[in-house]
Amino acid sequence: MAEEKLNHPGPFVVKDCALVSVSTGEKAFTLAELAEKLKRIDRSCVYHHFWSRHLRPSFDHPEFHNDFAAWVHMELRDRVLAERLNLIAPQEYNDIEALRETLIFLIQERVFEDEHLGWRKAENPFYFVKSQLVIFDTGLRLRWPHEIADVLETFSPGTIFYHFIDARRRHPEGLDDFRDWIRKFPPDFKPLEELIAKVDPFFLSLYEIREFLIRHIRSFCAKMHAVRETYERK
Amino acid sequence: MNENSAHLLERYAHVAGAEAVAQMRQLAERLRGARVVHVNSTAYGGGVAEILHSMVPLMQALGLEVSWEVIQGPPEFFEITKSFHHGLQGHRVSLTEKDFQLYEEVNRREAERLEDKLREADFVIIHDPQPAYLIKYVPRRRGYWIWRCHIDLSRPFYSVWRFLEKVVVRYHASIFSMPEFSQPLPHPQYVIPPSIDPFTEKNRDLSPEEVFETLKDLGLDPSRPLVVQISRFDPFKDPIGVIRAAELARKFVSFQLVLAGGGAADDPEGDRVYQEVIRAAKGQEDVYVFKLPPDAHRTINALQRAADIVIQKSLREGFGLTVTEAMWKGKPVIGGATGGIRMQVVNHHTGFLVHTPEGAALRIRYLLFYEEIRREMGHKAREFVRQNFLITRHVRDYLALMLSVCMGSPDRLELEATGTCAWPSAKPGEPPL
Repeated sequence: MAEEKLNHPGPFVVKDCALVSVSTGEKAFTLAELAEKLKRIDRSCVYHHFWSRHLRPSFDHPEFHNDFAAWVHMELRDRVLAERLNLIAPQEYNDIEALRETLIFLIQERVFEDEHLGWRKAENPFYFVKSQLVIFDTGLRLRWPHEIADVLETFSPGTIFYHFIDARRRHPEGLDDFRDWIRKFPPDFKPLEELIAKVDPFFLSLYEIREFLIRHIRSFCAKMHAVRETYERK
Repeated sequence: MNENSAHLLERYAHVAGAEAVAQMRQLAERLRGARVVHVNSTAYGGGVAEILHSMVPLMQALGLEVSWEVIQGPPEFFEITKSFHHGLQGHRVSLTEKDFQLYEEVNRREAERLEDKLREADFVIIHDPQPAYLIKYVPRRRGYWIWRCHIDLSRPFYSVWRFLEKVVVRYHASIFSMPEFSQPLPHPQYVIPPSIDPFTEKNRDLSPEEVFETLKDLGLDPSRPLVVQISRFDPFKDPIGVIRAAELARKFVSFQLVLAGGGAADDPEGDRVYQEVIRAAKGQEDVYVFKLPPDAHRTINALQRAADIVIQKSLREGFGLTVTEAMWKGKPVIGGATGGIRMQVVNHHTGFLVHTPEGAALRIRYLLFYEEIRREMGHKAREFVRQNFLITRHVRDYLALMLSVCMGSPDRLELEATGTCAWPSAKPGEPPL
């Protein structure tokens, strides 16, 4: 079988997830409080305020890409810190603790620059929320990379989140699950991996990620189909 | 799955997307046969009853054994719980020891009436403060008890909250519509926004003829601009502020203002506020106040569809389902910047958030002037609701919560790795906690 000859990496297991938000009851009115509470809040809080916005009611193309930056901008009206926090790309951090440290550093650095800012009180506090992710197997299996295009339309936002967003935190190199799987195939599939790498979840909603992949992968998949037939003939 | 269930799920898939229904099915599969009892205080009128009318059949269609119980009580009980409601929303209310005793006594009697059902349930979901004390009077409970608070509890009047907190701490978990509404409690506090059902009489599609007929019946002119606020007659909905906003805006644009609302069995205060609104509207041109019966869903639907702008200028708001309803009908919403309205009205995208009658007046003028912006905002609003505030998402969240609660609320729950879940009737004889 072509599968054996190619050392087939095994099927891609399509999973889905539902995010449940849990309020911690913790809140911060000032930057000083925010930095203090950030030191001891649960790791899943940091995760929630960076990543989970994708699965929460929010609007396409928000100006701010994490809840901390949005709160500093809207409630404390400090554009300098808001811009700095906004630039944090969580996928660049292998460890939530490192991400937490960066956050605290940026806040404290800003408080040093403007000591009054540390005590400026927001009308609406920052509410620390954590996430619980309920992950389940959809029963769907993909055997070949080109099959991704056939099923993408049926993917829920939860599936996109799990394989594209959450995966980057799970993978040691910050890869999404699809690229991680595709790179185990022969180099003919490399262009597909590169295509998927173009998806920047920082700027796209889950629906847009799905649309992007559907639009760009489809034309490519005809070629992939031919590649697969070549291997099966071998 | 029987034919009716399959048909029901298919209908939802058509509107909310097949993937939304697939998600619910996957989660419900792990809870198949679990016994769930919802308890609230009114079968008709108000957002909670509306949600339950949709949620219960949908959960049943997904294979759970779901029932809905409504507690009964004398009119004084509902007067007291209305004061509870105001108190929990931050209003200073006057309640005597006798009031608290009557409240507790009604809960005790109702607990006795419902005891067998509540004791045997795997999940008991108690909605709002009215039936919250049931937990105290149902001993030897088998299942997980969850308190669902639909109210903005961010700054409660302390004496009311102190009384309620005594029993809320006994629940395994609570649910709030927004993180802001939660209070420090010794159990997980889940955040789940409410939702609307696109197939109810209040939200289903209506033909232009049906909308036209309703306007004619109400004495409104279909050819003129229409601004509508739909809500109970409640001081927190600020109907007087809306009349003031219309008065200010009318110096520049001509339109009809409709204030319409139904009553609810557990809201005895509505009449008094209605009379105040009538007095405020007296002598005002083009202001129409309609007190609608609790089942006037189609009239509300038609008014929202006929509106050019929908207002929900609340001063305090749990969530504001009338905002969701209007957005689903493709209408821009001018909403008070409070509670759940802030989550739904994305300023300058799906409508405008305002703080004063003056702010509302300005936005009425703006939206009546720019027809294209009105249409664009309405389109965005409908999609926003489709993705976030339909009953399918709500049920999915409940199912995920139930799985999470019975697995000890871990940060990550991999269902295929855990096998069956530990709700009581799945593991006979073993207490849940």
